[in-house]
Amino acid sequence: MKFVAVSSCPTGIAHTYMAAEALEQAGRAAGHEVVVETQGAAGSTPLAPAVIAAADGVIYAADLEVRDKERFAGKPFVDVGVKKAVHDAPGVLAAAIAAVEAGAPAPTSAAVHTPSPATKVDRDASVGTRVRQWLMTGVSYMIPFVAAGGILIALGFMLAGIAWDGGNGAVEVTKIPVTDLVSNFDPTSLQQWSAVLFQTGALAFGFLVPVLSGFIAYAIADRPGLVPGFVGGAASVAVGAGFLGGLVTGFLAGGLAWWISRWNVPKGVRGVMPVVVTPLLSSLVVGIVTLVVIGRPIAAAMDGLSDWLNGLSGNNLVLLGALLGAMMGFDLGGPVNKVAYTFAVTGLATEGLTADANQYKIMAAVMAAGMVAPLAMALASTVVRKSLFTHAERENGKAAWLLGASFISEGAIPFAAADPWRVIVSSVVGSSVAGAVSMAFGAGLRAPHGGIWVLPLMSNFWGFLVAVVVGTVISCAIVVALKSARPSAVVQAEQAADAQLAAAVATAA
Amino acid sequence: MSTPLITADLVAVDLAAADRDDATRHLIGLLAAAGRVTDADGFHADVRAREAQMATGMPGGIGLPHARSEHVTAPSLAIGRLTQGVDWGAPDGPATLVFLIAAPATGEGDHLQILAALARRLVHESFKTSLREAPDAATVAEIVTREVVPS
Repeated sequence: MKFVAVSSCPTGIAHTYMAAEALEQAGRAAGHEVVVETQGAAGSTPLAPAVIAAADGVIYAADLEVRDKERFAGKPFVDVGVKKAVHDAPGVLAAAIAAVEAGAPAPTSAAVHTPSPATKVDRDASVGTRVRQWLMTGVSYMIPFVAAGGILIALGFMLAGIAWDGGNGAVEVTKIPVTDLVSNFDPTSLQQWSAVLFQTGALAFGFLVPVLSGFIAYAIADRPGLVPGFVGGAASVAVGAGFLGGLVTGFLAGGLAWWISRWNVPKGVRGVMPVVVTPLLSSLVVGIVTLVVIGRPIAAAMDGLSDWLNGLSGNNLVLLGALLGAMMGFDLGGPVNKVAYTFAVTGLATEGLTADANQYKIMAAVMAAGMVAPLAMALASTVVRKSLFTHAERENGKAAWLLGASFISEGAIPFAAADPWRVIVSSVVGSSVAGAVSMAFGAGLRAPHGGIWVLPLMSNFWGFLVAVVVGTVISCAIVVALKSARPSAVVQAEQAADAQLAAAVATAA
Repeated sequence: MSTPLITADLVAVDLAAADRDDATRHLIGLLAAAGRVTDADGFHADVRAREAQMATGMPGGIGLPHARSEHVTAPSLAIGRLTQGVDWGAPDGPATLVFLIAAPATGEGDHLQILAALARRLVHESFKTSLREAPDAATVAEIVTREVVPS
C-alpha cells in the first residue's frame, strides 16, 4: 500500500523528523511505501499532488494543526499525534493499513478531527508576520461578504433606476422597509425586486465587521476565538466604531481566548472550557471593553466633530470639501466617515434650499470622496500593479469597481484592514482631493447615495466625474508607491507558494 | 555551515547526573563554555518549558531535550553518556544517552536542515549503538559529523 503522512511537533526540530524517519523505516520494513511531509522548523516541502493522489491512506503524526489538510480530503486516515509515531511507528502503520482496509476514515485517537476553516497562519513565523497573517485571515473571510453584499446593493440601485421614473430610484429604493417586503411583496413590481436586492445586500453588509473580527480571533486562538471575535465585531458596529474597531476587537478577542484556553484547569472543567467557559468569559470581557470603554469616547468624538463641522460651514467651500473628503476616506464607514456623511445628508433636509445651495455641493463632494477609495484600490489591484496584492485582494478589486461606482466605500475595507496605514493614507489624500475638486467645480447633488446611478440628478455632473477620476488616480498612485517601498511578506509568501506549486505540478507531470 | 554541529568538547562520555535537570544543566554548561549559548540559565528555562509540554524521552534509552531559543548563537548538539540512567519520561525506561539540541530562535530553514537530519539519524539503531560504543568524546563527535548530513 501507499501512504502519505504529515508530521509536526511544537518545536519543530526533533519529533517531527524522528516520526518521519520512523514511519518511513516502518514502511520499508513492512513492504509499504510511506512518504512524509515534515511540517517542521526547517521549512516544509509540500507533497507532490501526484503522490497524494496515488496514496491509499493518510497518517497524521502531527501535534500542530495540519497545514492544508484539505489536500487529503476523502482518504482513509489515522490521526495519532507525533509521539506515538516516534515510539511505535509499526503500530501506527498497522492502524493505517487497518483504516484503509476498513475503507472509511477511522480516527484512532480520542480527538476526532472535524474539518475546520483554513487560516493563513504559519505558527513558526515571526510575530510581525503572524500579525499580518491573522489580519489576512480575517480579511479573506470578509471579502466574499463585501463582494456579495456590495454587488447586490449596486444591482438594487441599478434596477431601481429603471423602476422609478425621474432618476431618483436609488433614493426611493432605500425607503422600502423590510416589513413592507414581507407583507406586501408584489412579484410584478420592479421596485419591490430592487428593494429585495438592496435589503439582502444590506444584510450581508451587516456581517462585514463581525466576520473580520471573528476570523482574526479565529486565526489567533482557533475555534475558541470565534464567539468573542464575532461578538466583539458586532459590538464595534453597535457603538459605531466601524472596521477599525473591528480590528481592535478581533485582536482583543483572539488574545483573550488564546490566553483563557491555556489556563491550567481541573480535569472536570477541561471538557467544558472550549464550549462554554472560554467563549463566555472572553465574550464578556470583549463586550464590556467595546461597549463601555471604547463606545463612549467614540460617541463623544463624533459629537465633537459634528459640532465643529457645523461651526465651519459658510467658510471656504473648497477647504470644506477637502476636509469632508479626508474624513470620508479615513475609516470607510467608521465613525469619522459617518460624521462627514451625516453632516452632508442632514444638510439636504434643510428647508427651502435653492437649486445651487451649498448643501447640495457638500453632498456631491462627500459622495465623490466616498467613491475614491474603492475605485483606487480596484485600479491599483486589477490594472496598475497586481503583483502588490494578494489573490484575495485582486478578486475583491474586481468587485470594488462596481462598489466604488455605486458609492459603497466598504469595497475598500478589505484592503484597508489588511494594510491599514498605507491604504488609509492613500485613501485620505485621494478622497480629500476629490472633495475639493468637486467643490471647486460646484457640482451639486440632492440624493444621499447611489454613486454614478444618480448622475442624472446632478448639476455639473462632469465636474463630479473629474473629481472622482482625479482623486482615484492620486490615491492609486500613492498606494502603489507606498506598497512598492515595502512589499508585504504575505504577498511574497503567496507568490513563492505559487511558484513552488507550479514546480511541483511540473515535476509530477 | 560555518560552525560544525558538534565538537569533542561538547561531548561528556562519563556523565554522572542525579536527574534530568542535572544532566541538562551539565550539557548546557558545555555549550556555554564553547560560546554557543549566551545565557545558560535562560536557555535552560527554554528547554524546561519544552520538556514540560511533553517529555522528550525516546525509545531505547534516549533523552532528547531541545529548544529554539534566543540565547543560542549557532545550531548545536551536546551529547552526554550517563553512567547511571535517569528518567526522561519515556515509557520503556530511563535514558542513558542524552542529546541536547540547541537551535537559534530566528534560524533560517537551511541551518535547521542539519538538526532535521540529526533527528532522522536518531531513529536508527546502528547510529545509537555506535555512539554508545565509541571509545572517547572525539570519536562520538566524529561519528555525528560523518553521519549527520542534510539530505
